[in-house]
Amino acid sequence: MTATESTDVLVIGSGFGGAIAAYHLAAGGARVTVLERGPWLKADDFEHDFKLGSSYTRVFDFVIGDGMSVLGGNCVGGGSVVYFATMPRAPRFVFERHGSIGRRMWPAAISRDTLEPWYDRVAEALPITQQTWDRVPYAGGLFGAACHHAGRTANPAPSAIDVDMCTNCNWMMAGCRFDAKRSLLLNYLPAALAHGAEIRPLHEVQHLVRNDDGSYRVHYRVVDEEDYRILHGEGTIDAKIVVIAAGAGATPVILQRSEPHLGRMPQAVGRYFSGNGERLNTAVFDEDRVREVLKLSRPDGRAYEAYQIGRGPTVASWDRLDGTLPEYERYSLEQLYFPPALGTILAQVPDASPSWFGRDKKEMLRRWQSWLTIFTMSEDDNEGVFGPPPETGNAHRFSQQMLGHGPLRYQPTANTRRGWSLADADVKDILERDGLSRVMPWTNDLVGAYTVHPLASCRIGDDPATSALDDRHELRGHPGIFVTDGSAVPGALTVNPASTIAALAERAMPGIVRAARERGVEVTYGAPSPDGETAGRRAVAHLRS
Amino acid sequence: MESDEAAEHRVRTMILEAFADTIIPGEKRGPDDAAIAGVDVGGGAVAGGAIELLEDPAGGLAPALDTICVELDEYAREHAATTGLDLNPDLPPFVGLPFESRTALIEKLTSPDHPDKQMWVGLALFCNMAFDSAPHLHTVEALATGHPGLLAMGYETPDSDGLWRFPTFSYGRQLANPHPSTTATGSPA
Repeated sequence: MTATESTDVLVIGSGFGGAIAAYHLAAGGARVTVLERGPWLKADDFEHDFKLGSSYTRVFDFVIGDGMSVLGGNCVGGGSVVYFATMPRAPRFVFERHGSIGRRMWPAAISRDTLEPWYDRVAEALPITQQTWDRVPYAGGLFGAACHHAGRTANPAPSAIDVDMCTNCNWMMAGCRFDAKRSLLLNYLPAALAHGAEIRPLHEVQHLVRNDDGSYRVHYRVVDEEDYRILHGEGTIDAKIVVIAAGAGATPVILQRSEPHLGRMPQAVGRYFSGNGERLNTAVFDEDRVREVLKLSRPDGRAYEAYQIGRGPTVASWDRLDGTLPEYERYSLEQLYFPPALGTILAQVPDASPSWFGRDKKEMLRRWQSWLTIFTMSEDDNEGVFGPPPETGNAHRFSQQMLGHGPLRYQPTANTRRGWSLADADVKDILERDGLSRVMPWTNDLVGAYTVHPLASCRIGDDPATSALDDRHELRGHPGIFVTDGSAVPGALTVNPASTIAALAERAMPGIVRAARERGVEVTYGAPSPDGETAGRRAVAHLRS
Repeated sequence: MESDEAAEHRVRTMILEAFADTIIPGEKRGPDDAAIAGVDVGGGAVAGGAIELLEDPAGGLAPALDTICVELDEYAREHAATTGLDLNPDLPPFVGLPFESRTALIEKLTSPDHPDKQMWVGLALFCNMAFDSAPHLHTVEALATGHPGLLAMGYETPDSDGLWRFPTFSYGRQLANPHPSTTATGSPA
C-alpha cells in the first residue's frame, strides 16, 4: 500500500451530488479530491454501439436485487451522463408527503417554496430550458395526441438538452456524442477542475475509517479499465470533510461497510429505499388508427413508426399530480424511449402466454418501431432495505461491465401496488382508446421491480429514528460526513428526480462550507454559476446563514 | 474422428441453441436441425448469435454453461417423465422436447418461486439480447451484415460516419393542451 495522501474535502462520486460539492468547495478555496469508480469518458468516446465494452456498457450499471433492480450511472458525471435530462421540479404536495412514517417525512425547513431558489441555481448552471411542441419528437407527439384524444393534458417537459445540437439519435444512455445533453461534464465538473479539484476515475471507495483527530481516512480500490470485475491496487486518502454521493444504490453500502470502523450507523442508513414508484408500460400502436383517429402523419407519409427517433422522454402528463388526491394515488406519466435489450426483455405481449418470450414476443419485436413506452413515476412506500454489503463495491459484478447482483431487497407494499395499478389502468385507458394500440405493463416477475431513479436510502429528515441525515445533510453521529446524492431525498417525487437532487445539493453547500471552515479549511461560499452567471447566487445570498 | 471434447461441446451447443430458439424462435437451418424447432420464419435468437454471446467471457455466463446444460437436461428428463413424453435417445433430453414443452419448462424455470430463477432469467436475457441488440457485434457491422434481429425490428441505419441522426423528427405542432397549473419554469405546480 502506498503512503496515505491528504486533502481537505474528499468527494465520493461525481454525479450531481458530487460534482456540485466539488465545484463549490474548490471554487471557495478548498483542496478537493473526487473519487469516481467509473471511467472518465468525453463526447468523442461516446459510441453509438450496443457491443459489450462500448461506452454503452461502460457508463452505467444494472444491479439486480431481490425484488428491485437499479439502473444507475457509473462514470465521471454519474447519472447526468447516462440520463435523459428531463428536469421538472417536484410538485408542491411531494414535500408534504407522510409516506410510511405517518407524519411529514421531509425536514420542516424544506418545501417547494424554500427549494425554488436552489432549483433556479441548477437551472441556470446546466442550463435547463423549457421545450416547445415544434421540436417534440414523434413519440412525444404521439403520446401528447393520445392524451388529448382522451381528454387529458400533456406538457413538453423541461430539459437539460440543447435542442439545436441534438440529433434525436436516442443514444443518450451511452453518453451524448454531440454534447447536446448538458451533463455535468459541461458545467460543474470543468468548473471544479478549473478551480483545482482533482478527479480520479476508476477509484472505487470501499470504506471509511475515523482518525484520532476527527478527520476521516477513505479506503479505495482501483478498478480495471476494461473488466470491472478485476480490482487492482488500493490506497487511502485522509480528509477533513467527506461528501458521499455514490448514488442511492451505493452510498448506504459504503456506510454499512464502514460501520465496524466508524461506529454505529443511524438506523435509516440502507433503509427507506425508494424506487421513485417507477413502472413501465409498452404499447404497440396500430399505424392505421394513429392516422385515422389522431390524424398524425410524418412528412414521408408514415403515421408513426418512430420509436427509435428522439431524445428519451419529452412529453409528460401531469393530470394526476393533484395534491387533493390521496397519497399513493398521484403519479406522472411520461413518454419514454428505452433502447433494445434492457428495454425489450421485460415488455409483455397482451393476452399471450408466455408473455415475455417466444413466438408472440418475436412478432411484437417485428413491430418495434410502432412501440411507445410510458413511464409511471408514483409514490412508493420506501420499502427497500439493503442487506449485508458485498465484499467490494455495491454489487457482485457478474459481467465485465454493467450487470451485477446487489444486496437490495424490495417487496412492494399494497400502497405501492395500488399506485401502479391505477397508473396502469390510466395508461390503458389513454392508449387503447378507439383501437389506437394494445398495451401491457412490463413484467416484475423476472428482475423484480426496477428503477432508473434510486432514492432515499440515506435520507434527510428531522426525526433521527427515520432519517440518516439532518436537514443539513450531515450523517447523524458522524460529524464531517455529508451525503448529497439521491439517497438523501426522503422519498418518491412522482417526477424525474435529478432537478430535485441537484437543488438539494446546492442547498446543502453553504452548510458544508461552514463545516469545513470549522474544521480548519480555508474556504468560503459564494461561487457564481459554473459559467460565471450570477443571478442564482444573488437569489440565494440571503439564505446562506 | 471427433474428439470427446469436441463432441461434448457440440452437444452443449445444441442444448443452448434449443433454449435460445425457445426464447426467440427462428427457422431451421436444414432438415436435420434438431436444436431449432422451426416454429417461425426468419432467423431467431440462434441466428442472431446467441451462442457466440453466451460464450463471450465479457458476459459472465460462459463459466456456467456446462452446468446449465447438465441441469437443463435433468429438468427436461423430469418434465418428460411427468408429462408422459418419450424422448429421442439420440438427442440431448432438452433438445428432444417439442417446442411447447421447452416453452413450458422455461416458464417454470424463470417463475418467481424457482430457486435458480436468476440464472435462467440471465440465460434468457442474453438470448433475447443476441436477437434485439447483438452485443457481440459492433452495431454498424451487425446492420451491414444483415443481422436478423435488428433487421426484423426495423432498426434504422446510421449515417456514413456510423452515427445516427434524424433531422426530420417532429410532427411540428402542438398536440395537447398543457396542464393548467404549469408554472413559469415549465414544471408542475
